[in-house]
Amino acid sequence: MSKRDIRAVGIAGWGRTLGAAIISLIYFFPVLFIILTAFKTRQDALAWPMKFIFAPTLSNFVSVFFRTSVEGGDAEATGFGLYFFNSVFIGGTSVLLALIIGTAAAYGFSRFPLRGNDTYLFMILTTRMMPPIIAIIPIFVLFRIFGLSGTYVGIIALYTAFNLPFSVWMVKSFFDDLDRDIEDAARMDGSGEWRVFKKICLPQVYAGLAATFVFAVILTWNEFVFALMLTSPETRTVPAQIVRTIGGSMGVDWGLMSALETLFIIPVVLVTFALQNQLLRGVTFGTIRR
Amino acid sequence: MSATQSDIRLHNVTKRFNELIAVNAANLTVAAGEVVCLLGPSGCGKTTTLRMIAGLDFASDGEITIAGRRVNELPARDRNVAMAFQFYALYPSLTVEENLAYPLHAEGLSRAQIAERIARVAKVLELQSVLKRRPHQLGEGEKQRVAVGRSIVRTPTCFLFDEPLSRLDIQLRQTMRTQIKEVLAHLDKPTVIVTHDQIEALTMADRIAVMRAGRIEQVASPHDLFSRPANLFVAGFIGTPQMNLLPATLLDVAHSAEGGAVARFHLLGEDISAAVDPAAVRLSAGSKVTLGVRPRSFEIVAPDVPDALHSVVDLVEPMGAEMLLHLLEHGTDIRCVVSHTARVAVGEKVGVRCKQGQLHVFDETGVLVQ
Repeated sequence: MSKRDIRAVGIAGWGRTLGAAIISLIYFFPVLFIILTAFKTRQDALAWPMKFIFAPTLSNFVSVFFRTSVEGGDAEATGFGLYFFNSVFIGGTSVLLALIIGTAAAYGFSRFPLRGNDTYLFMILTTRMMPPIIAIIPIFVLFRIFGLSGTYVGIIALYTAFNLPFSVWMVKSFFDDLDRDIEDAARMDGSGEWRVFKKICLPQVYAGLAATFVFAVILTWNEFVFALMLTSPETRTVPAQIVRTIGGSMGVDWGLMSALETLFIIPVVLVTFALQNQLLRGVTFGTIRR
Repeated sequence: MSATQSDIRLHNVTKRFNELIAVNAANLTVAAGEVVCLLGPSGCGKTTTLRMIAGLDFASDGEITIAGRRVNELPARDRNVAMAFQFYALYPSLTVEENLAYPLHAEGLSRAQIAERIARVAKVLELQSVLKRRPHQLGEGEKQRVAVGRSIVRTPTCFLFDEPLSRLDIQLRQTMRTQIKEVLAHLDKPTVIVTHDQIEALTMADRIAVMRAGRIEQVASPHDLFSRPANLFVAGFIGTPQMNLLPATLLDVAHSAEGGAVARFHLLGEDISAAVDPAAVRLSAGSKVTLGVRPRSFEIVAPDVPDALHSVVDLVEPMGAEMLLHLLEHGTDIRCVVSHTARVAVGEKVGVRCKQGQLHVFDETGVLVQ
């Protein structure tokens, strides 16, 4: 390869990187804008033309958790610490539960089909064919009757139920893609069905489980309507509280809102980044396996 | 346990999938230390037969015994049968070492015993350098060796191989064939190998069971299968280039002075006489028969020699040390293999004659007369 060729490749490479950077910037700009605003004072946040160079402040982040009243006096906790905990606890628990139950169900559907297997699978799918909001009145009434309104158990059970169909279908597709000969080999090697599942099948779908986990986490993390209706001040999640924070007598506090949103996306970003390798392998499962 | 009890026996084993009969009343015995190949075209039921011995499919009818014990109802994990799969079926999330150790967990061995067994197998199959790798980091030949290693690492009652060499290239195939043969020779266990490749079967097997459409057509040693194919299917299936199967009419047949028999046939418009198996005397004159002659059983003679077919060289295919001649007589293609030194030209008229004692006569039902 001559020197000129190397330079040509280099230029093409730089061009590609630059192009990718520009496209990313366009897509990422709203998020970037929110993050920048989170570090601005109220004056900077409202300034026009908008400022990209400013003296950053953490005051918005402090105000997320502590509010000083206009009349002065001691700062008062806003409760967002609890709401963040609730979001993580409720979201995490329900997604994990859905994944555990879903994986067991998916393996069953995939490997031990019942009479009418497809019908059951279709029935599970139908629950995702309409927006869940349709069921809000019956669910609200049921929660009242069983005393589940405002409890962790209630909202976790509900989110688990919402995540289950998705988990079952997605994880089943990963199990379906596995090479059955490998399981037969394990049986020949003296393994019972449980060991085949645990030692042979499950490790092969870890990437798929991670992908399912991330998708379910994002769905649950953003859930708003049921959180608004069915949680109490003790079990409230972040989205249900954000809506109560917008507006007020003093107008919209953009800095505060941006700080809130910045904090809100951090956990999802962390989860996605932590699992990005598995995520990529999970969503391309089957296509690159052979 | 006596020696006769360590064999595999199939007695009238049948497998039905709804309407389809995949295996039809198969009878087969594989003795200890014996390698039997199930050979046949795809869909003939050979893999199903293997899976029934393995316990991965269950026989609809008949009885399977391994080491004297009826295993029909026994699930695969309780049969202690080792099997190597066509696509290796290595455990992708485990290292080579863990793959080899996997079957040993069921035997409840100590850690030291497991390590010792793995070391022994790794040495035999030259896998020491790849023990820490995972299957996707291995070449095809290495994967194959791990698959074999995983089946010989324990002490099973018998060995099963499903198309063991089909994924390897030709050179590797020969090496592995020898290696597997050597390994099996030391184990003294019944072994069943499924293959559609007759070279593989002919070289590896002590006996070959040729299957077609769920039936076992013939079980014989490679030599017997080649020299005395029981019927037209086996005759046409075994051997490359394919045996010439020529329709003929028997004119007469009589015992000869030497204890054999001589028959006259009306074949491709000519009357020829040839030495045949003495059993041919039971055939009645005028009956339709099929004459089977292997391409290497023909010899080229001068056109005026009696009892030879007179034909024209239509095509010459060089095959290295030999040449495959296509001769044309009355619109029938006759395949004939001669040494590459033979001087024949396309369009030349030649006489062709079957070598003494190498003519197979099949009766009207397609069964070898013997």
